[in-house]
Amino acid sequence: MRSTVATLLAKELTLEWRTRESVPAMVLFSIATYVVFHFGLDRDRVTGDLASGVLVVTLLFAAILGINRLFVAEHEQGGFDGFLLAPVDRTAMLVAKAVALFCFLCIVEVFALPAFALLLLGPPLTQALPALVLVLLLANAGIAVIGTLVAGLAIQTRARDLIVPLLALPLLVPVVLAAARSATPLLQDGGAGALPGNWMAMLAIYDLLFALIAFAVFDFLLED
Amino acid sequence: MLTGAFAMVFFYAPLDADQGFVQKIFYVHVPMAIVALIGFVAGGICAVMYLRTRATKWDMRSYVSIHLSVILAVGVLVTGSIWARASWGQWWVWDEPMLVSFLIVFLLYATYWPLRFSLEDKEKQARYASVFAIVAGAFVPLNFAAVRMAEAYIHPQTGATVAGGLPPKMGLTFLVALIGMGLLFATLVKYEMASKHATFRLRALRRKLAGDDDDLMLSGRSAAPQL
Amino acid sequence: MQLRGAGRRYGERAALRDVTLELEAGRTLVVFGPNGAGKTTLLRMLATLLRPHAGEVRVLGRPLPDDGYAVRGRIGFLSHEALLYRELSGRENLRFYARLHRVAPARVDAVLEAVGMTGRGDDPVAELSRGMIQRLAIARAVLHEPDLLLLDEPLANLDPAAAAQVAPLIGPDSGATRVVTSHDPAGGLQGADLALGLKAARVAFLAPTAEIGPAQIGELYR
Ligand SMILES: Nc1ncnc2c1ncn2[C@@H]1O[C@H](COP(=O)(O)OP(=O)(O)OP(=O)(O)O)[C@@H](O)[C@H]1O
Ligand SMILES: [Mg+2]
Repeated sequence: MRSTVATLLAKELTLEWRTRESVPAMVLFSIATYVVFHFGLDRDRVTGDLASGVLVVTLLFAAILGINRLFVAEHEQGGFDGFLLAPVDRTAMLVAKAVALFCFLCIVEVFALPAFALLLLGPPLTQALPALVLVLLLANAGIAVIGTLVAGLAIQTRARDLIVPLLALPLLVPVVLAAARSATPLLQDGGAGALPGNWMAMLAIYDLLFALIAFAVFDFLLED
Repeated sequence: MLTGAFAMVFFYAPLDADQGFVQKIFYVHVPMAIVALIGFVAGGICAVMYLRTRATKWDMRSYVSIHLSVILAVGVLVTGSIWARASWGQWWVWDEPMLVSFLIVFLLYATYWPLRFSLEDKEKQARYASVFAIVAGAFVPLNFAAVRMAEAYIHPQTGATVAGGLPPKMGLTFLVALIGMGLLFATLVKYEMASKHATFRLRALRRKLAGDDDDLMLSGRSAAPQL
Repeated sequence: MQLRGAGRRYGERAALRDVTLELEAGRTLVVFGPNGAGKTTLLRMLATLLRPHAGEVRVLGRPLPDDGYAVRGRIGFLSHEALLYRELSGRENLRFYARLHRVAPARVDAVLEAVGMTGRGDDPVAELSRGMIQRLAIARAVLHEPDLLLLDEPLANLDPAAAAQVAPLIGPDSGATRVVTSHDPAGGLQGADLALGLKAARVAFLAPTAEIGPAQIGELYR
C-alpha cells in the first residue's frame, strides 16, 4: 500500500510539474481574488474576522479549481483502467490523490499568503504565522479529503465542472467555518490572540471523520 | 393520523404565552425537521445496503427517501422562515442553527438529481448516487454539530424543549404531530415505491408489445432508478 | 477460463448476452464481430474492469467479480486506449506500471527494446504516432509477463514489420492463454484454437478454428 501510494504520488507530482496545469492557475486565481476583494469590500486593509474570512474563502475557491482537474488525466488518458488492472489496493488512489491535492494547496499558500499579507492584511503576518500555518494545514487536509471524494464522484458525470462546486461548497462549510473562526484571533489588530482550541479540535475531528468516510466509500467510485 | 394531529394542534394544545398563535407552526416545523433528518440518514443506510447487495430496490428506497426528505426540508425552511418572522420579526436569521443547517443540507442534497441525471449508465448512476447518499447522510449530523457550535443560542431552545421542557399538553400534541409526520413520510415512501414500480412494469409490458425484447432503447433519460 | 451464460448490460441495452465458452490454459480464442457486437465488452469483463450482470465467469480458475483481486496481476489487457499518460514519456509510463505491478525496472528496458521503441522511449507519448503508441501499449500489456492476454485488435495501426516484431510478445508463441479480437478473417484465425463470432451481443458461432471458414465470418458482418 505504501509503495503504491508513493508510486502514484510521484507520478502525480511529475505530471503537475510537467504540465503546470493546476497550481499556477490556483495561485493566480487567489491573487486575483484578493484584488477583487479589495474593490468589492472597498477596503485597503482587513483585520480579524474579515481577514480570516477573505483568506479562507479565497483558499476554498482556489481549491475548487484544483479539485475540478484532479482526476482529469486519469479519466481522459485511461489511467483509471491502468490502475484498476494492477494488483494493488484501490484505496491507494484516494490517499495519493488527497496527498497530492494537499501538496498543491500548500504550495499555493506559499505564494498566496505573502500576497495576502502584502495586499490586504492589516496587522503584520510574522507574529501569527506559526499558528496560522497550523490552521491552514488542518484546513488543507479537510479540503484535500473532501475534494478528492467530490472529484471522484463528479469525474464520470457529464456536468463535472458544475457538480464539483455544488457538492464541495456545502460539504466544506464546516471546514470553512472552523478554519475562519480559528484564524480570526490570529489576524486581530494589535497582536495575535490565542488560538481557539475548540475550533481547532472540531476542524481536526471533521477532517478525521471525513477521511474515514472517504476510506469506506472510495473503492465504489473506481470499480466497473 | 396527521389530521388528528392537526386537530390537536388547533384545539387541544394551549396557546403559547409569549408567542401566541404562530407558535403552533412549531408542531409542523419541528416534526418535519426531525422526520427529514431521519429520512436523509435512512437514505444513506439504504445506500449502504445497495452497495452491499447491488439490489436495485435499495437504490430505489434511498432515492425515494432522499426525494421526500428534500421536499420536507423545503417545508422546514419555509415554516422556519415564517416562524422566524413571527418570533424575531425577520424572515431569515443566521443565528438559528436548525434553519442554517437545513439550508446547507438542502443545498447539498439539491445536487443529488443533477448528479444522477448526468450519469447515463443506470448501474453507475445507482452506485454514484449511493456513495453520495452515504457521504451526505454522514454529513448531516456533522454539519448540525458544527453549525450549532457556531451559533449563539437565542433560539427558543427547541432542542431542550423536545427533551422534556414542554407542558404536558404541548408535549402530547407534539408527540402526536411527530408520529403523524413519520407516518405520512412512510406512506409517501410506500406510495412512491409502488408508483415507480407500476411505471416500470408498464414500460416493460410496452416493450414486450413492441415485439422487441430488450434492444429497444427507452426514450428519454431519467434520474430515477429503475427496477 | 470459463464463461457460463455470461451477460452484461449498459443501462437497458444488452452489450453481451448468454455467452458460454471454455478455454484451456495456453490456448487462443479469437473473437469476431461487427462494430458494437460486444467484443470489447467481453474483454473488459474478463479483465475484471466490468462486473458481469448475469451468469458465471471464471478467469484463471477464479470466479469473478469476487476473486478479481487475485487474478488482476496475472492479466495483460491491451485495450483500444493505450492507457498511457500523454505528458509522460514511454519509459516513464512503463516504469510507473512496473512499480504498480512490482516488476523489476530492468524489465522496462527489455520490453521497450522488444517493441522497438528504445530510440523514442524518452519522448512524451503525446508526441508519438499512433503506431508507436500502440507498440508502447503492447509493451505495457506484457510488462508483468501475464498468464492471460486479452488483446483488443492488437495489430491496429501497426505496420507489417512492427506486427512481426511484437509477435513473440503477444503471438501464439508467447505461451499465455490469449483472447484476441479481430476484424481480419484470415489473419485472426492464424494461431487461434477456437473462434467465437458475436453479433448483436449474442453468440453467432463458437467452434474450433478448423471448422470456421471466411464465409461464416463474412456472414457476421452482413
Ligand atoms: N461505456 C458504455 N456505455 C454504454 N454503452 C456502451 C459502453 N460501451 C459499449 N457500449 C455499447 O455496448 C455495445 C457493445 O460495445 P463493444 O464496445 O463491446 O463493441 P465492439 O464489439 O468492441 O465494437 P468495435 O468493433 O467497434 O470495437 C455497443 O452497442 C455499445 O454501444
Ligand atoms: Mg471494440
